[in-house]
Amino acid sequence: MKVALFIPCYIDAFFPEVGIATLELLERLGCEVDYPLDQTCCGQPMANSGCHDDARGTEALFAQNFAGYDHIVTPSGSCAHHVRDQMTAIEQTPAVQAVRRNTRELVEFLHDVLGVREFPWAEFPHKVGLHIGCATLRGLREAKASEIVEPAFNKPRMLLSAVKGIEFVQPQRVDECCGFGGTFSVFEEPVSAKMGHDKVEDHHQAGAEYIVSPDMSCVMHQQGCARRAGLPLKFIHIAQVLNGARE
Amino acid sequence: MSRVDHAEASSKFIEAKDHADFHDKRLWDLRKKRDSESEAMPEWEQLRSLASAIKEHTLTHLADYLEEFEKNATANGMVVHWARDAGEHNQIVHGILEQHGATTLVKSKSMLTDECEMRPFLENRGIEIVETDLGERIQQLDDEPPSHIVVPAVHKLRGDVAEVFSRTIGTDAGNTDVHYLAESQRRHTRPYYLKAQAGMTGANFAIAETGSFVVCTNEGNADLGANLPPLHIASIGIEKLLPKVEHLGVFVRMLSRSALGSPITQITSHFRAPRPGTEMHVVLVDNGRSERLGMEDFWYSLKCIRCGACMNTCPVYRRSGGLSYGSTYSGPIGVIIDPTFNLRKYSSLPFASTLNGSCTSVCPVKINIHEQIYKWREIIAKRHQLPMVKKEAMRVAGKVLASPKLYRAAVEAAAAGLDHLPRFVVYNPFNAWGRQREVPSAPASTFRQWYVRNRGGER
Repeated sequence: MKVALFIPCYIDAFFPEVGIATLELLERLGCEVDYPLDQTCCGQPMANSGCHDDARGTEALFAQNFAGYDHIVTPSGSCAHHVRDQMTAIEQTPAVQAVRRNTRELVEFLHDVLGVREFPWAEFPHKVGLHIGCATLRGLREAKASEIVEPAFNKPRMLLSAVKGIEFVQPQRVDECCGFGGTFSVFEEPVSAKMGHDKVEDHHQAGAEYIVSPDMSCVMHQQGCARRAGLPLKFIHIAQVLNGARE
Repeated sequence: MSRVDHAEASSKFIEAKDHADFHDKRLWDLRKKRDSESEAMPEWEQLRSLASAIKEHTLTHLADYLEEFEKNATANGMVVHWARDAGEHNQIVHGILEQHGATTLVKSKSMLTDECEMRPFLENRGIEIVETDLGERIQQLDDEPPSHIVVPAVHKLRGDVAEVFSRTIGTDAGNTDVHYLAESQRRHTRPYYLKAQAGMTGANFAIAETGSFVVCTNEGNADLGANLPPLHIASIGIEKLLPKVEHLGVFVRMLSRSALGSPITQITSHFRAPRPGTEMHVVLVDNGRSERLGMEDFWYSLKCIRCGACMNTCPVYRRSGGLSYGSTYSGPIGVIIDPTFNLRKYSSLPFASTLNGSCTSVCPVKINIHEQIYKWREIIAKRHQLPMVKKEAMRVAGKVLASPKLYRAAVEAAAAGLDHLPRFVVYNPFNAWGRQREVPSAPASTFRQWYVRNRGGER
């Protein structure tokens, strides 16, 4: 299966190991992966700030880079959510609509499209707190949100359950937002940092060694809080764990 | 009118750590109780859809239902008044009081009268007003607006209440026992019910087919206020209409479960006609609602039944307190309603959100709150109400991210640079990220650099 890989700007700049793990994992599962070299960002930072005029050029570039692919995969839930549900600053040509429709977050792609349930090479013998970002949870609906009355489901957890040795621990507030929120993290710094510190403390109290997440932007924020607070928590992207990282 | 600075106000709120942590925990407890109640009802999500559909039907036929209500209420013996805006509302209420020679008014909880700033208006005209809901009374005595639409004094600890009461109604300042405080307030307020010539309530629902209205409370104060004095005035927003009594079952089942996680309010009072020898007046208030009804993206906000579930679940509201929103309506519902009153003044509020969407999921009438927040941001940017620094940051980001060349130069510099800068340069006062968080460590190369090196492709 041919797949185009979208590595969001902040992963490109700060977490290349997440991009590498995503690429290797997709290849291991038999995908032929293209990485369009002119890619930058999906336009979310500008659009979420209300600046749709400023998002237009970036969205157009995204659509241009990924035109013609049946599957566009990204290891970031909020970016996939933006592309699929909110990328409306540009004209909605059939090509743009196809790009939007074909964009998936990595877990969705593995779970829904490839239907993978086994990761025999993966082993992660640690106590893990799972963090699903809010766009991934309620935008992409990868898991049941705690406030909705419906049968339980959790795609990231289902995939991780196939990893040898993994043990899940649950924070008190299982899906409370961690307070990253894009530019919210800077323009509403007091509340954002308070939420982040509360979040990592909750995971720490639950006994987590690692926070595993499909959302690296939340992780960047939580990691910043945990390091400042001197908590012994470690952070890792779900792609790395599924690709066989041991720590 | 100056802009509300939510970030600045939240910073002060968080500084008082004991208060902030209590506030967050107390409201999270309400959210958890709400979850237990809703989970116990397999038909919960179906009820939400039904409630939403009933409200959307009513709002799209509002003029007809309002006229039906007026006709039936009048036939029941009520006097119905129409108020175009807050000013008209206050004048109508004052006129009714004046006509009856009423100088003392006992009043139960009503967000609408706060929205209309009725209290100062009447007080300036010599009317004594006593709030009878405990939380509202605390806030009145402290000369502070309510911070939550259901639990108005939730931001105060018992010590704060003891301080307010000792200063205003003469309790023992050292006694912070909640029973003592509640009982003292009760004894202080009771005589006013007998003294008052008029009682005032809001309404949770008004029923068109019966011309009656419903008030849901937990303290019994609204019923004393409505039934002891010879005059009852009810202020009702025009969006409170429901077509039939049978629809009430849907909403009454959800209101208190959503609000406090209790199956039903202690008291659900139906008011249909004045008692013999007394008068009952209803003031139907528009105050911007008709205009909101005409807003394609925002009219759904009129479905709100003021349960406060969105506030209780909102992680930002819980950690910044209702007063930080600088408006009668705070939390997620406030964020989408307030800009309809004054876009400039409340232009920071739609940014006081992580867009996490939990508000939308708990809303018993399925208002798409977080989508409306997103939409307001676009409108605020279009109307040039963004702070200059954000506007400029987005202009530059948009330019860089639209150009592969500029983008690569920027990220490669960032990746290479961070670790070589001295700590005091990275963690300066202008770096809001770094005040309470570490910045990520810089990797050896960007993903793209790695890819080009390891998988070939052009440089």
